[in-house]
Amino acid sequence: MATYLNWKKKTVLPAVVAGLVSLPALADSRLLATSGVTQVEGSAGGGLVPWAVMSGYADEGEWSAGVFHTVTDVQDYRLTVDGASYSRDNRFEISAAQQRFEIKGLAGDIRQEIYGAKVRVLGDLIYDAAPQVAAGIQYKRLLDGDIASLVGAENDSSGVDIYVSATKVHLAALGGYHLLWNATLRATKANQMGLLGYGGDDNNSYELMPEVSALVLLREGVAVGAEYRSKPDNLSAFSEDGYADVFIAWFPNKQVNLTFAYADLGSVAGSEDQNGLYASLTAYFR
Amino acid sequence: MKKVTRTLLVSACLLGAGPAMATTLYDDLGGKEGIAVVVDGFINEISYDQNIVKFFAQTDIKRLREKLEEQLCMVSDGPCEYTGDSMEDVHAGMQITTGEFNRVVELLQNAMNQAGVAYPVQNRLIKRLAPMRPEIIHR
Repeated sequence: MATYLNWKKKTVLPAVVAGLVSLPALADSRLLATSGVTQVEGSAGGGLVPWAVMSGYADEGEWSAGVFHTVTDVQDYRLTVDGASYSRDNRFEISAAQQRFEIKGLAGDIRQEIYGAKVRVLGDLIYDAAPQVAAGIQYKRLLDGDIASLVGAENDSSGVDIYVSATKVHLAALGGYHLLWNATLRATKANQMGLLGYGGDDNNSYELMPEVSALVLLREGVAVGAEYRSKPDNLSAFSEDGYADVFIAWFPNKQVNLTFAYADLGSVAGSEDQNGLYASLTAYFR
Repeated sequence: MKKVTRTLLVSACLLGAGPAMATTLYDDLGGKEGIAVVVDGFINEISYDQNIVKFFAQTDIKRLREKLEEQLCMVSDGPCEYTGDSMEDVHAGMQITTGEFNRVVELLQNAMNQAGVAYPVQNRLIKRLAPMRPEIIHR
């Protein structure tokens, strides 16, 4: 918590960045939109699903860093996510995010910190026949665990998700338009991504959850697509559904991208049919 | 019944004419003239890019233009044969990085945008050229 506040005040971040910076001749060398956008836990991906891409546009010998802000507003809740990511050599990505989950009409909210790391294991998104494959981890720390504990979570303080993602662009695959697909397999115990704790009275084991995304680039820097993310159902008190969305993402340049989506979160903490608008902005200062 | 048969025959003829009229990527790029405009723009884009132009310091630009036109014509199913050196030989010793390769892709996209080549047509050309990447980078 203290660390996060310091980070927000930018007292720690410049020092960290200074230690990571080098001076390559080229920067931002990956092609437009290959950064993906930022998913709700801070990793580069779609809106919901982490992809095998590294955040930003850093290629071999380069680095990239950026910040993001995401709001998802449904009938009974609002989820706000803020964070930052750094990537290097189109190989490694680290990220930090804070989720704030507001229950409308109630004072107080649930906050969760998520620290992510991802490594590209093999392949190239565009140029190889096989997909680009990455493995990642998300360490999640619940800052307000009272509700998680109350609803029957086995662990109300922290959890770890581990995932493998495969992402592939098929050039000019649909009548001349580029097609991208992603498939992710996540091992997780998290209830509602961890906002309601990790593990529960119905199930306290890791389960493998498939997550998928597909999109088409309608023109340079404009993508439309859809995602689905399955989730565990660990708590006897509430049933938990998968998340789905349809989205449009705009990459006007390599410094910024903007995503709007209609998200269907299903049943969330006892409230059925939670759906609404999702908006996300990612800005790379390098 | 006869009328129906005749109508069907006419339809079949029209449908049959479809494949014969199907255009190649070469046609969609505007044929010889269209490709010449793209190649001119591409060379112009390269000449203004500090990070890329250095690779062309020893290049005969007239020959480059000629061979690029041949190459784009050939990969887009046009009536040409590429008579230049292999991609491996041309790029030997240049140590071209993935980033520099991508930059050249962007310069080609700029040239196609300036030439008014439609986005799906651009994509189809990029798809034809993409397999050359392993013959170009890290050599």
